Amino acid sequence: MTKPGIKMQAGDSGYEALISGDWTLPFAAGLEQQISVARKYSPDTTGKLNLSDLKSLDTTGGLLLLRLLGGVTPDGLAEKLIGTSSNHLLLLRTICEALQQESHPRRPKSQGIDKMFDRTGRWAVDTWTQVRVLLHFVGVVIVTTVRNLLQPWRMRWTSLVYHIEHVGLDAVPIVSLLSFLVGGVIAFLGATILRDFGAQIYTVELVGYAFFREFGVLLPAILLAGRSGSAFTAQIGSMKSNEELDALKTLGMDPICVLVMPRVVALLIMLPMLSFGSMMMGLIGGGVVSALILDISPGMFAARIYEYTSINHFWVGICKAPVFAFMIAIVGCLEGFKVTGSAESVGRHTTSSVVQSIFLVLVADSMFAVFFEQLGI
Amino acid sequence: MSTSASQIHTDSDRENVIEVRGLVNRFGENLVHDDLDLDVRRGEILGVVGGSGTGKSVLLRSIVGLLKPTAGDISLFGQPQAQVLAEYEQGKNIRYGVMFQDGALFSSLTVRENIKLAISEHFDISDDLLHPLSCMKISLVGLPAHSATLYPSSLSGGMRKRAGLARALAMEPELLFLDEPTAGLDPVSADGIDQLLRTLRDTLGLTVFLVTHDLDTLHAICDRIAVLAEHKVLTVGPLDEVAQYDHPWVQEYFSGPRGRIVTSQYTDA
Repeated sequence: MTKPGIKMQAGDSGYEALISGDWTLPFAAGLEQQISVARKYSPDTTGKLNLSDLKSLDTTGGLLLLRLLGGVTPDGLAEKLIGTSSNHLLLLRTICEALQQESHPRRPKSQGIDKMFDRTGRWAVDTWTQVRVLLHFVGVVIVTTVRNLLQPWRMRWTSLVYHIEHVGLDAVPIVSLLSFLVGGVIAFLGATILRDFGAQIYTVELVGYAFFREFGVLLPAILLAGRSGSAFTAQIGSMKSNEELDALKTLGMDPICVLVMPRVVALLIMLPMLSFGSMMMGLIGGGVVSALILDISPGMFAARIYEYTSINHFWVGICKAPVFAFMIAIVGCLEGFKVTGSAESVGRHTTSSVVQSIFLVLVADSMFAVFFEQLGI
Repeated sequence: MSTSASQIHTDSDRENVIEVRGLVNRFGENLVHDDLDLDVRRGEILGVVGGSGTGKSVLLRSIVGLLKPTAGDISLFGQPQAQVLAEYEQGKNIRYGVMFQDGALFSSLTVRENIKLAISEHFDISDDLLHPLSCMKISLVGLPAHSATLYPSSLSGGMRKRAGLARALAMEPELLFLDEPTAGLDPVSADGIDQLLRTLRDTLGLTVFLVTHDLDTLHAICDRIAVLAEHKVLTVGPLDEVAQYDHPWVQEYFSGPRGRIVTSQYTDA
């Protein structure tokens, strides 16, 4: 590879530029500077290019040569060039023709206060649209679910079992471990605070209340939002961007029925079950810690739970599970349907699905807390 | 095909840009290539044809190093493939471009950004030059100017192919691999792509490895045609020689109803 160069000299009419070396992409940065210097030296467009020393030329080099020449039409190209080979002329002509087509202007960057109003307005309208879309989707899913329950043979059983396994069974180890640990932590908390009052025996009630009413449901719900909600979004989203959803429709199958129903039903079945498991593991965790640091024997722990913790607490907790399950599944699937084309969009909606479902679960949980408080349960 | 072009480009003294020797590709029980040999000469347009599942794309992927063959030697530009790939990993000496079947554009970037990506990664070029450069490539492949700011998801299939071609040309390669460049395009656009490839070959001395089923493309621009069948390259040569080759698939391909229409058009002209 030889370094390219430009040498300006006076010709018969205006300047003549002697072009030498390789005018190729690797040299483009240097050439660009040389050209701006040369153009300053001779700003008129009456000059000619002498290409007899030009070694090799690619499209980048061609573009630079045309830039050096200034405005030129494909037909007027030949007379501006001296000593050019037919291949180089053909290439320059092709580039010149390509440049003739109107080039797209760079988008001006608007800034300032109007942009801020613009963004705020868009955000407001967008949020309202999202809420309406969510409500519409909930409606469609409920209608489809009811129709499916009336015609159970139309339910996709294979798909349902598959999702039950992935959503529920596969989540058992992580949910159990986490609940066990949190149960232990709550027992520690109780031990530390209640010991000052000589009431450490109430640690048992603390763990029981906490797990039956709140943590037994919240822990698996948050885990499933991260684990399964995101998976739903990514699965449906990549199908959407691959036009598989459109393909389903053209084959006379309803994506809601084929894809959303099994996922919603699987979560509706599995979240209450996981919640029950989580409650049990939380109690075991609390029991272990109590036995180790509070000298409350496991038998005593079990007896106290049995006698002093009302079954109502269990019902309060477990009745929230289907509600959370529905929210997680709906948000996960809906975000999948919102995906457009790109891989980036799949990522964005997956994130949004997890954030939204955890947010909704926690908001709903606090509303439940107020509700049950008012009922006095 | 014009006679002068065929005389120049079938010259067997040219150096080989690609040399494939004894290539074997096997996926489990499925044998795709068995002891396959192929040469591609500098400055030629080689068309690769073959029935579905004969391993045209697998051959392309083996040559560009996306697939490690079970056995066999491949050399590119007279160097062993491993050496060329090692340079690629360091981002040096990018000498070939690949256009994938459906474009394989980066979906989170606009068409212009897709083209600019590799150039600005490897070369220190100002935006003042990069912008007209990408505009030029876009109109070179026949895309309308406004498509520069569009994302791949809003392009039609044919436009995606063109954008993929523009991206393959971005690094000014000497060797171009094209997987079905004209499939799914309307005849006018396909003709435009053919013209463009020929111009680029003639002006830049580009070597083109072309997987295609388009008989028009084979007639119009390919200097030689390689037929893949029975796990190897059955025959290589100019179209008229290959069309005479005595093998049921080849005869079916070139003398079937579609083949005959095209052949008669070209002999009439």
